[in-house]
Amino acid sequence: MTLSAFLIQLLNGLAGASSLFLVSVGLSLTFGVTRVVNFAHGSLMMLGAYIAYSLIAGLGGGAAGYWAAVALSALAVAGVGVLIERFLLRRLYGAPELLQLTATFGVVLIVKDVVLALWGPEDLLGPRAPGFSGSVNILGSAVPQYDLLLIALGPLVLFLLTWLLRTTRWGILVRAASEDREMTAALGVNQAWLFSGVFFLGALLAGLAGALQLPREPANLNMDLAVIAEVFVVTVVGGLGSIPGAFIAALIIGVAKALCIAIGELAVFGVVLSFPKLTLVAEFIVMAIVLALRPWGLFGRPPALPRPSEQRELLRPPGRPLHVIAAAALIFMALLPLFADEYTLVLLTDISIFALFAASLHFMMGPGGMPSFGHAAYFGLSAYAAALLARTLPMESALLIAPLFAGLAALVYGWFCVRLSGVYLAMLTLAFAQITWSIAFQWDAVTGGSNGLTGVWPAQWLSSRRAYYWLTLTAAAIAILALWRIIFSPFGYALRGVRDSPLRAAAIGIDPRATQWAGFTIAGLFAGIAGALYAFSKGSISPETLSIPRSIDALVMVLLGGLQTLVGPVLGAAVLTSLQDSIVRHTEFWRATVGAVVIALVLFFPDGLAGIVQRMGVRGRHPT
Amino acid sequence: MSESAVLIVDRLCKSYGGVHALRELSFSVNSGEKVAVIGPNGAGKTTLFNVLNGQLAADAGAVVFDAASIGGLPPQTIARRGVGRTFQVPATFGSMTARENVQLALFGRHTQLRAAFADARAFEAKESLALLERAGIVALADRSCATLAYGDLKRVELAIALACRPRLLLMDEPTAGLAPSERATLMSLVVALAANDGVALLFTEHDMDVVFAHADRVLVLNRGRLISAGPPSVVRSDPQVRKVYLGPPTLPGNA
Amino acid sequence: MLRTLKLAMVLVCAAMLPLPAAAQAIKLGELNSYKTFPAFLEPYKKGMDLAVEEINRSGGLLQRSVELVVRDDNGNPGDAVRVAEELLAREKVDVLMGTFSSAVGLAVADFAKQRRFIFLASEPLTDKIVWENGNRYTFRLRPSTYMQTAMLVAEAAKLGKRRWAIVYPDYEYGKSATAAFRQLMTAQQSATIEFLEFPAPLGKIDAGPVVQAMADARPDAIFSSLFAADLAKFVREGELRGLFRDQAVFNLLGGEPEYLDPLKDEAPVGWYVTGYPWSAIATSEHKRFLDAYRAKYQDYPRQGSVVGYSIVMTAAAAIRKAGSTDTEKLVAAMQGLVVDTPFGRISYRAIDHQSTMGAYVGRIAVKDGKGVMIDWRYANGADYLPADDWVRAHRPAD
Repeated sequence: MTLSAFLIQLLNGLAGASSLFLVSVGLSLTFGVTRVVNFAHGSLMMLGAYIAYSLIAGLGGGAAGYWAAVALSALAVAGVGVLIERFLLRRLYGAPELLQLTATFGVVLIVKDVVLALWGPEDLLGPRAPGFSGSVNILGSAVPQYDLLLIALGPLVLFLLTWLLRTTRWGILVRAASEDREMTAALGVNQAWLFSGVFFLGALLAGLAGALQLPREPANLNMDLAVIAEVFVVTVVGGLGSIPGAFIAALIIGVAKALCIAIGELAVFGVVLSFPKLTLVAEFIVMAIVLALRPWGLFGRPPALPRPSEQRELLRPPGRPLHVIAAAALIFMALLPLFADEYTLVLLTDISIFALFAASLHFMMGPGGMPSFGHAAYFGLSAYAAALLARTLPMESALLIAPLFAGLAALVYGWFCVRLSGVYLAMLTLAFAQITWSIAFQWDAVTGGSNGLTGVWPAQWLSSRRAYYWLTLTAAAIAILALWRIIFSPFGYALRGVRDSPLRAAAIGIDPRATQWAGFTIAGLFAGIAGALYAFSKGSISPETLSIPRSIDALVMVLLGGLQTLVGPVLGAAVLTSLQDSIVRHTEFWRATVGAVVIALVLFFPDGLAGIVQRMGVRGRHPT
Repeated sequence: MSESAVLIVDRLCKSYGGVHALRELSFSVNSGEKVAVIGPNGAGKTTLFNVLNGQLAADAGAVVFDAASIGGLPPQTIARRGVGRTFQVPATFGSMTARENVQLALFGRHTQLRAAFADARAFEAKESLALLERAGIVALADRSCATLAYGDLKRVELAIALACRPRLLLMDEPTAGLAPSERATLMSLVVALAANDGVALLFTEHDMDVVFAHADRVLVLNRGRLISAGPPSVVRSDPQVRKVYLGPPTLPGNA
Repeated sequence: MLRTLKLAMVLVCAAMLPLPAAAQAIKLGELNSYKTFPAFLEPYKKGMDLAVEEINRSGGLLQRSVELVVRDDNGNPGDAVRVAEELLAREKVDVLMGTFSSAVGLAVADFAKQRRFIFLASEPLTDKIVWENGNRYTFRLRPSTYMQTAMLVAEAAKLGKRRWAIVYPDYEYGKSATAAFRQLMTAQQSATIEFLEFPAPLGKIDAGPVVQAMADARPDAIFSSLFAADLAKFVREGELRGLFRDQAVFNLLGGEPEYLDPLKDEAPVGWYVTGYPWSAIATSEHKRFLDAYRAKYQDYPRQGSVVGYSIVMTAAAAIRKAGSTDTEKLVAAMQGLVVDTPFGRISYRAIDHQSTMGAYVGRIAVKDGKGVMIDWRYANGADYLPADDWVRAHRPAD
């Protein structure tokens, strides 16, 4: 590569970085202040692109019309953002942490279907930006003028936001809130007003980013999810709530990607490395490295220790009523094959597997206090291990051994993850999951690449739907009961103790990190059991078993069911899976319908579906 | 330094940025002794406790507990060696009942923490109730710690700390935030329990009545330095202590 | 308690029982990633509906009406297998068909093999579905990645270019296209050819740096298998940076209306593509299809429409020939089955279950502000398949 080629690629990287910063900065702002994990941020950006497409066509009339359309679409999206905040998220600020995540997951599904219904399925390529439609010659290469505009816009937005946050009263309050939310509330700041404002600005920036993306990319229905993971990475790498941090993070990721592409293939010690292939996960590799070195991101600060006064709900061991109900449900489910149709068994096989998967995540998030956005890593890894082992071993042995690989992965990943906490920990789990996913996706010779592996069927005696259902039901039930038992074992108490008060736990001789590490590994191991069962139930596996949507599904199941109860994840898995199964048959807009139902459930049962069971008195609360 | 010293602190230093929180601090605590650490806010009392129980690493100096150095060890190891701790704002496990809190501390002592398949409820139920009884809150055994009153939480914390059978108990303002009558009761309880178990007490306290009523010895810190040490009567009349901390003799105990 | 339990059992069972099926209709169970790839699959569904309507209007099949049971597979193999189970076990469909991505197609094909049930793969382009992973129960309609690449290679080899830059979406389809292109080009040309590869993450191409890296590599010609948003981004960046100036560019699928139309007047003039020039095909079978489609939907057909229409017609022809809906009889009927499609008469090869459906190969031009294909010809799929010996060596025996 010549020096000039290198410099031009650097310039390309800067343009990419600027564009990434513009999308990310809105999230960095809202995430920093409200701590709402807003999955819908990418959807807002997508909405911005679509609205801009229509407005540009509608307003017509040259440069003035074009830029007016860009500004108006940003404002329109800001309006949508405020609506989401006002009517959805605001009702959930008092709810258990991360519940807003479930609600915004619903929003993602709705926005996607609404956009599909309004704008149709085809990609919409907007016109080039007036005044920036050509290219200029730099060092003998043609560089698009629009890239130069973006390179200027990134720092400009950074400057304007910094000014807004440093000099205006509102900005100072926002900064205070991102450092200490409770303190700001205690000072009598109108939090509702502050949050609405932050959401307005965050959505405005998302919409603007979408509109600005239009000359580089057609408005399309994959924009939301294509960008959301990357945006979270930028926010976390930069440090929660740090706008300059987000800028630097975007810069690192944008430039790293451009340089990976520029380097191309490189032979190192006789092994040909294809750097462009790294762009698939470049951002996650960057994040893993940054978080391993700086647990709070580049410019983040350690969060204040959890307040000892933080309200915790009492976790009670399953009482007699729950035992009776669980036993009755198990007997009922075991007898089901005698009279239910075959598909019911298939569906219940899925539900049993996901119930175990969700229960393992719940173990980690609930009693373990370690949120994970990448739990599919262990599920999928074990599924792959099962598929590969089954080539040489009997299926039964493969099923038994495969989860150990998940446990091993959890042991390795966990060692890094338990050094962090909260959202940072969750994001590191995501990074590991994505790196694992990309290996499965690209290692054709072993994992079958994007196709995955086929021919992963159970042994002859288990091949009927009925037999496999019984196997799954038994295995999942035993595993879930084992998880519950662990929760109420001395180790389980220690794990919960570390979550409740790391200080107190250490002061009575519990090693917080080692305990969490063990908990992390157990969660991975049990997710692995679910993954191996899944592989043989489907006959094939693909990288999808390791992917973000698989992790998010588990997360939504846990939160929907209720984080503070034992039966929550099981209920959540049953409800979400059967919801998806039934709604998909009845309406073309099944995605939006699932989204709406999820939102409704979250609003009506913020304590989770298990809350209903509690209210029915199954798990009697101690009078207080 | 006497033969029976359970804790020896030797030239301990700790600074944050440019601020010296502890400067060349040296003292010792004898087995079964009750030692109070007093001083104005920012004198370095909490820093001292955090260094002693391993939450913070010292910049220099040595901490010897039971004739072995514990400097640089993590808190859980120091705790297992026999140093208990209570916090200024009581730290308990909010998702557990008072009894479960104490049980968990007992598991730690009996190294049952790795038992992942045993039913925890069966373990140490009796002993935990006995400890709650001694702390005077056995009636609240099955109440969630998230719902207990402040004073009761302090007692739960005391029961937790005693469950670990410490040889030395570090108590950061054991009576802070309590009504005056409650303070005296709680402190008498602490002293009685400690005496019974042969536990040495190192505590910070703002209430001078408590300090002078219960401490065998008083250490006075100012800006990270030990400015006076000795029996209460001696310290009380130390002019330097009066100057920086206690104020004119007409207003004792109103620090 | 026991009574409540009984009642609950009865209620749950009642809810789970399938609704009584419409009297004796033949059910075509179709699963696809409708929400994941709507640009292709909405027209696809319209094509299917049109075919079913035509069949029923002319009296159905075996004196029974035909009914489509359509399911969304959520774009992932796991859900696809569950949906396939539902179609088989609960809906009791007679034929399983559909799927879009290679991963889902292969998973369902393997499922069909396991359950011994006929599966007509309509869209997945992966070569493996008929070769390496081929099985007795799976048949594929569309010309595969290999076949369509071969169609373009026929043109590319004529140019005698020595240094090729290959850009592709980094997953099964793009990788197979690249491998096939390299293999076929090397076989066609005696001179050594240099291939420079530029993989890009699917749906997330960093077009600026990729175009720049390609320009810096100074290739003689370009072969691309990009599509959808990746293609649009690549075209725009490439034009701005002058990558395509005086450059021969080949793009697999680039002439399909799904991907060509969004480019509007920026459609890259002169590119060699495979696709579907719907407005210019004058054969009577296409004209009939075009008129019927436009009359029903007031819209023009896309590539997906033709695939959807043809897969239903394939199922119909197989059922007619078998005189039954029994899977084994259908499998037997599929061997060498002849089907009339808008692209003309095709047949399903007995040797590998691949249909001989072809594709149109031509060059892109812009007419009235829209991209169109010119100088096109119909490349018959039968002419672009490897030798039988090769197929036998690469396809597992049934």
